[in-house]
Amino acid sequence: MIEMFSAMARFPAITYMLIVGVLVSLCAALLGVSLVLKRYSMIGDGLSHVGFGALAIASVMNIAPMAVAIPVVVAAAFILLRLSDNGKIKGDAAIAMLSTGALAIGVMANSLSGANIDLESYLFGTIVSVNADDALISIILAAVVLTVFVLFYTRIFAVTFDESFARATGTNAGAYNLLIALLTAVTIVVGMKLLGSMLISSLIIFPSLCAMRVFKSFRSVTICSAVISVVSVVAGMSISFSFEAPCGASIVCVNLVIFALFFVAGKIRQRNKKG
Amino acid sequence: MALIKTNELTLSYENMTVIDKMSFEVNAGDYLCIVGENGSGKSTLIKALLSLKKPSGGSIDFGDGLRRNEIGYLPQQTGAQKDFPANVGEVVISGCLNRKGLRPFYSAKDKALAMENMMKLGIWKLKKRSYRELSGGQQQRVLLARALCATKKLLLLDEPVSGLDPMVTAELYGMISGINKSGVTVIMVTHDIAAAMRYASHILCLRSGSWFFGTKQEFAESEASAFMRGGEQK
Repeated sequence: MIEMFSAMARFPAITYMLIVGVLVSLCAALLGVSLVLKRYSMIGDGLSHVGFGALAIASVMNIAPMAVAIPVVVAAAFILLRLSDNGKIKGDAAIAMLSTGALAIGVMANSLSGANIDLESYLFGTIVSVNADDALISIILAAVVLTVFVLFYTRIFAVTFDESFARATGTNAGAYNLLIALLTAVTIVVGMKLLGSMLISSLIIFPSLCAMRVFKSFRSVTICSAVISVVSVVAGMSISFSFEAPCGASIVCVNLVIFALFFVAGKIRQRNKKG
Repeated sequence: MALIKTNELTLSYENMTVIDKMSFEVNAGDYLCIVGENGSGKSTLIKALLSLKKPSGGSIDFGDGLRRNEIGYLPQQTGAQKDFPANVGEVVISGCLNRKGLRPFYSAKDKALAMENMMKLGIWKLKKRSYRELSGGQQQRVLLARALCATKKLLLLDEPVSGLDPMVTAELYGMISGINKSGVTVIMVTHDIAAAMRYASHILCLRSGSWFFGTKQEFAESEASAFMRGGEQK
């Protein structure tokens, strides 16, 4: 970790990387609590694949990648929510269809154009590509997500816990679902550079799953997942830096270790209660 | 004026008319049970009463100053809630959401109301317990307390006792009856005809294509009641 901080002084890219990593993972963890509990985890995965397709096409056509990817992924989030709601095609099947479709389009675009862009960096992330603009975008994103979460915390809880009750008492549940899906879409696009489209959804799912092993109230689960996400990103980046390991994979491995620890802690807690 | 009055209400589900020109009224203090076979339009009727579905004909009018978002609703439980990390206090107070307007947080008044309702239903001691660790009967009491936070006038219960054992069922019916006697109007959807006959003041019986509405006595003498009992084979 010391190595990382000393390198930060010399290479600004590493500072940007850390800013993007910490803020994006914080957003992903907060949004993730609601997504996981609403059984929408797969939407994160689907959107990241759509993001891959959009980025590949953008670079083939030489357009700024974010300018293409953000609107496309936001549109996909909107479509996925609609599909899961009206139930003509079941949600999980719709997501599988959309994500494989987007992957295929991305690969085709890349291959037919002959541009031969490094696909691996899109799939598994690359540190080099993170720049000052990304850092700025993630600061804005984090500010928006945190504000939304604090101001609408009680409503997000109500809509997540029991949508039919929330609707019946006059909360516009659809609007909150949409808001969460849109924020998730932007979070995924920003985070993809770092973790790549194959690994980004781990940021959404792992922290809340870990926190749920041990904590029992919505508030403690939310706070704990935020902490877990920041810890795992910083730890993962340090590991990647010290051992020259890929950044995204290191973060996910740290997540796995934390999950194992929380799983055991949860079991012990349960046993103590019974005994 | 009646609390709720429907006038030739027609409801459709996926372009099929399930309820045709139905008129009934619920007055303050009534205990109305809605009974009927599966697919007879009970769920559609509930959605319409909660203003979640537009009638395809006729109207539903609210009187006595009842606002549309002031109905205390106890929905059927969904699978997703079974392992939801939330403690009892968090769930109950979420019933106050409809009275807080644009304020982002709960006020001291909301907290007091939540506490009062938890005491009333005997779940105050469970306040810090996780919802998912409670028994089915306790979970229903938590949701009932939440519904009471949302209303002072009307409770709408959708099969509140499904999946509960007979003892807990009787206990819950007792509580609902107590709430009704304290002045809250109750509308309950149930498959339990015996309970409906015991507790309700009025019965609305839905059958595909027809409906019956009247007091308990009127229902007992009607052809609809014979049908429902015949269906039960008791």
